[in-house]
Amino acid sequence: MNSTLAKGHWSPATGHPMVPQPAVITHVQPEAHGVMTYTLGFRDPAVGEAYRFHPGQFNMLYLPGIGEAAISISSDPAEPAALRHTVRIAGNVTQAISRMEAGGVIGVRGPYGNSWPVDRAVGNDLIIVAGGIGLAPLRPVIYHVLRHRADYGKVTILNGARLPADLLYPQEYDDWRSHDIEVVVTVDRADETWKGRVGVVPILFYALRPDPKRTTVFTCGPEIMMHFVVYEALARRVPKDRIYLSLERNMKCAVAFCGRCQYGPTFLCKDGPVLSYDRIEPFFTVEEF
Amino acid sequence: MTEQTPLLGGQVVISKPALQQLFDALRTAGYSLIGPTVREDAIVYDEIAQLTDIPIGWADEQAPGTYRLRRRDDQAHFGFVVGPHSWKRYLSPPSLRLFATRRTGDGFSVETSNDPPPRYAFIGVRACDLVAIAVQDRVFVEGPVQEPHYKARRERAFVLAVNCTEPGGTCFCASMRTGPRCSSGFDLALTELDDAFLCEVGSALGAQMLSAVEWRPAGAFELSRARQAMADALTRMGRGLNTHNLPELLYDNLEHPHWANVAERCLSCANCTMVCPTCFCSDVQETSDLVGETAARVRVWDSCFNREFSYVFGGHLRPNTRARYRQWLTHKLASWTDQYGVLGCVGCGRCITWCPVGIDLTQELAAIRGEGQL
Ligand SMILES: Cc1cc2nc3c(=O)[nH]c(=O)nc-3n(C[C@H](O)[C@H](O)[C@H](O)COP(=O)(O)OP(=O)(O)OC[C@H]3O[C@@H](n4cnc5c(N)ncnc54)[C@H](O)[C@@H]3O)c2cc1C
Ligand code: SF4
Ligand code: SF4
Ligand code: FES
Repeated sequence: MNSTLAKGHWSPATGHPMVPQPAVITHVQPEAHGVMTYTLGFRDPAVGEAYRFHPGQFNMLYLPGIGEAAISISSDPAEPAALRHTVRIAGNVTQAISRMEAGGVIGVRGPYGNSWPVDRAVGNDLIIVAGGIGLAPLRPVIYHVLRHRADYGKVTILNGARLPADLLYPQEYDDWRSHDIEVVVTVDRADETWKGRVGVVPILFYALRPDPKRTTVFTCGPEIMMHFVVYEALARRVPKDRIYLSLERNMKCAVAFCGRCQYGPTFLCKDGPVLSYDRIEPFFTVEEF
Repeated sequence: MTEQTPLLGGQVVISKPALQQLFDALRTAGYSLIGPTVREDAIVYDEIAQLTDIPIGWADEQAPGTYRLRRRDDQAHFGFVVGPHSWKRYLSPPSLRLFATRRTGDGFSVETSNDPPPRYAFIGVRACDLVAIAVQDRVFVEGPVQEPHYKARRERAFVLAVNCTEPGGTCFCASMRTGPRCSSGFDLALTELDDAFLCEVGSALGAQMLSAVEWRPAGAFELSRARQAMADALTRMGRGLNTHNLPELLYDNLEHPHWANVAERCLSCANCTMVCPTCFCSDVQETSDLVGETAARVRVWDSCFNREFSYVFGGHLRPNTRARYRQWLTHKLASWTDQYGVLGCVGCGRCITWCPVGIDLTQELAAIRGEGQL
């Protein structure tokens, strides 16, 4: 008989690549309206020991009976045991997660996707541009920079939100600034307490004079915002292959089976979510692609 | 028994009734036979047992948007081509429970299924579909992550292929270089002659199965008749597709006005993706019992023509048929090559036949190339 027929072993349930690992919520941190950060620890210590991630990678978070959602890891890659996810309530899964408290158990599988190329950017000035929840997948980059500050030149964070109350991680900005990082913040609409800038994020570019020979741009936020970020960066002659975007598409599997996250030649769950502009240029300006 | 086991790569002749002996041998070896059979005016793939279950004496007439069965005036056993089903129905079924979870005091546990995966013998696999299976292998087992359900079914499957001597009205495998002759990926491959089958041995397993079947070595006359039949088939293709620089053609024409033209006709019904033997897109759904004790992850076929497929927070990224048809064709014939090193179309013609409004990708591509007049 065919040798493969002789193999009786069959354990797809435990062996299936989409099986999540139980993790305990150890801390819940409210961040903004409808946004919370969950600190997770794997129930199985061996899984926790082995778990490592790179800035920009994501996990699939699972709740039995509800479903799964792709959520970026928003914590420090040097501390993989305190795994944080910043979740904005969007639909079924994120809504159900928002009802969970410390001690609750959630399924986690990952990490998936590629990462922000922090190594390739060594020696460069960094411009990190985030809109709304888009700061979550960029926070691991900021932590990496804090730990390796001497590896990078000038570091600028341009961060925007719709309302002042929507700004993510405001309590950390002073720490970032104390590491010689410029943090510039803007909101679309001010309220009576707001003393800072008003306007969309790409406008913050106007004041920048980046050196095109040594600048890397990382951006994540609404796609419309990233369009303007790319435009402003190109206008300042930042090379296309030094402008990195994290793109979002519907994701059902995260292992390149379901086909939903395709973006032209790439599967964002496998080849992305971080792509340099030179790779996506032919598609980025195509409407409804 | 050794003299009764033909050589790998060899050609033997078996009589038509002797095919039943092969069916019996496969069933004795524990296979479920899946093969062509007539149901609701179409030839579909389903469980079969007897030679008489296959559509002997039937032919299918296919054209854009049209499929009709007719009686042949001979007793050809495989005198038809492919129907609305493809083998993906058995290798990655339309609905498949991936695994289950059970709520426990401290979270949840993952439940193991102890059912062994089915062991299929696929009867009558055409050349285009052999290539389509190889294409799906690239998706599910040859990438960085392997899909265990597909892999188990695939590894256990026996493949009895059939060379096409009478291509159908929507077939264009010759232009895709996938047929009409089966070149690899089978255990046994039949060529139907008037009164017997020529049978090529493609694997040791195939040779072994023949040990329970009456056969004799092929003679020069039979070999030349089969060769002639295959050469004739090449000239009788229903359609053709110019494959020259297809990826560049599509990438360069993402804003071509013809996409809007197709969108006026296409119903976004997703038939084309359901019948296509290479389309693999899926949704993963959560099912649970009423009290939420147990839940299961269920994968179901999905399609880039469905509205939900492109949903992200804030809206549908491909909100109209123009964007969806462009996604489908650009994936099949351009980005598929970037992703898997091969085109995503094997020229089986199913999407043309089963499109309710008869949209024909070979013509749409010709129009984009500036060659066709619609
Ligand atoms: C790589 C990656 C990283 C991500 N990182 C994060 C992150 O760090 N934090 C974060 O919060 N999110 C993140 N997301 C986004 C998150 O995965 C999505 O928002 C996800 O859809 C949430 O799942 P859900 O089940 O809660 O919402 P869904 O059920 O998917 O619904 C989202 C919203 O759309 C509505 N909706 C659902 N279906 C439809 C429909 N068919 N028509 C109209 N409306 C509909 C829902 O009611 C809801 O308002 C990331 C996504 C990707 C791809
Ligand atoms: S695209 Fe159409 S012709 Fe090509 S393999 Fe799919 S169904 Fe067959
Ligand atoms: S091309 Fe035809 S079969 Fe495919 S979605 Fe459009 S109408 Fe349906
Ligand atoms: S999320 Fe399924 S293919 Fe990428």
